[in-house]
Amino acid sequence: MHALPVDGPADDPWSKMMKAAMAGDEGVYRRLLEDIGRSVRAMARAAFARARVGDADIEDAVQETLLAIHLKRHTWDANQKLGPWVNAIARHKIIDAMRRRGARRADPIEDFQDFLAAPQEEDPHDLSDAKRLIDALPPRQRDIVQSISLDGQSIAATATRLSMTEVAVRVALHRALKSLGVAWRRSVE
Amino acid sequence: MKTSELIAALAADPVPESVHLRRRFAAAVAVGLVGALALYLLFVGPRPDIAEAARTVRFNLKFVVALTLALPSLLLLFRLARPDAKPGALALWLFTPLILLALAVVVELVVVPSSEWLPRLIGHNMRYCTTMIPMMAAPILAALIVAMGAGAPQHPGWTGALAGAASAGLAAFLYASHCTDDSPLFVATWYPIATLVCVGVGALAGRRFLAW
Repeated sequence: MHALPVDGPADDPWSKMMKAAMAGDEGVYRRLLEDIGRSVRAMARAAFARARVGDADIEDAVQETLLAIHLKRHTWDANQKLGPWVNAIARHKIIDAMRRRGARRADPIEDFQDFLAAPQEEDPHDLSDAKRLIDALPPRQRDIVQSISLDGQSIAATATRLSMTEVAVRVALHRALKSLGVAWRRSVE
Repeated sequence: MKTSELIAALAADPVPESVHLRRRFAAAVAVGLVGALALYLLFVGPRPDIAEAARTVRFNLKFVVALTLALPSLLLLFRLARPDAKPGALALWLFTPLILLALAVVVELVVVPSSEWLPRLIGHNMRYCTTMIPMMAAPILAALIVAMGAGAPQHPGWTGALAGAASAGLAAFLYASHCTDDSPLFVATWYPIATLVCVGVGALAGRRFLAW
């Protein structure tokens, strides 16, 4: 009954990178997320422009997509290409983001492959959803997320500073990211 | 917050929890069925003349209809746990129980005199049927929704509705062995109503718990 993968085996760069990431390669994962972020940014920009909603919050949509990709990466079937899976998640999150900003009916969103040639740089803004939601986390989780993201500290350095074990920091970070996902969704409803 | 800063936090958490969608889903079906079976044994039980009934087409058809609803719903539901899933031809199988019921109703109308139609449609157990099927479906639906929570379905409401249909199909399969109303006229009226209750509850549960 199962449809055969029409795109052939998942040996494209993104799929390989995701496999390495899920095996624990932090550096590859970071590069993959940066790559995906660029593509999703272009996709969101095009979608926002077509729906005529302002582009002030594009980066929020990108960040929410990246977090969803992170939290739901076990729903990727490693025998399939990563691209279509990322597309599905990005489309879901971009439509959410546009509805929130008053777009009446979402126009069809083009797959991002069409934009790959023109990577877009992000425009940083400090009043982001992510910042606000992280500030609302329980204090310990907030400290850990801030230490690793904003201050660019390693897990080891964060553990030492907070007198925690590295495992405890990892666990707290993971919980924090999960609550961040939940909080983000709640902020949508 | 810059996206690169968020990525730093995500990358520091690279190894996912070991979530096995297939295993979770199978466990949910098993746990749900145990719950439904417990309710069945406590409150429902098989009809006394089940051995005789099992030799009639009308009685056996109820199980076939229930399974043709439960199996494609479950398979499709599992597929929809992935965000990039496409329902495909599997969705067409959901019409099987409807077609079977429609054919059975036509045959029943032909072979049974018209004075018998209404009594057979009303049967003896309609209130029990429309409450016990949703009740036995409840543990199955709950377990399926919990398992699907690990997934990322594109349409949480529709996915929940499908979970409701799957749970109704399994519950109807159990309930059919209790119910003494075997006429397709009864089955095609009250079983779908019970199923719609489950579908509605499933849709609400999906919107509430399967959004991501």
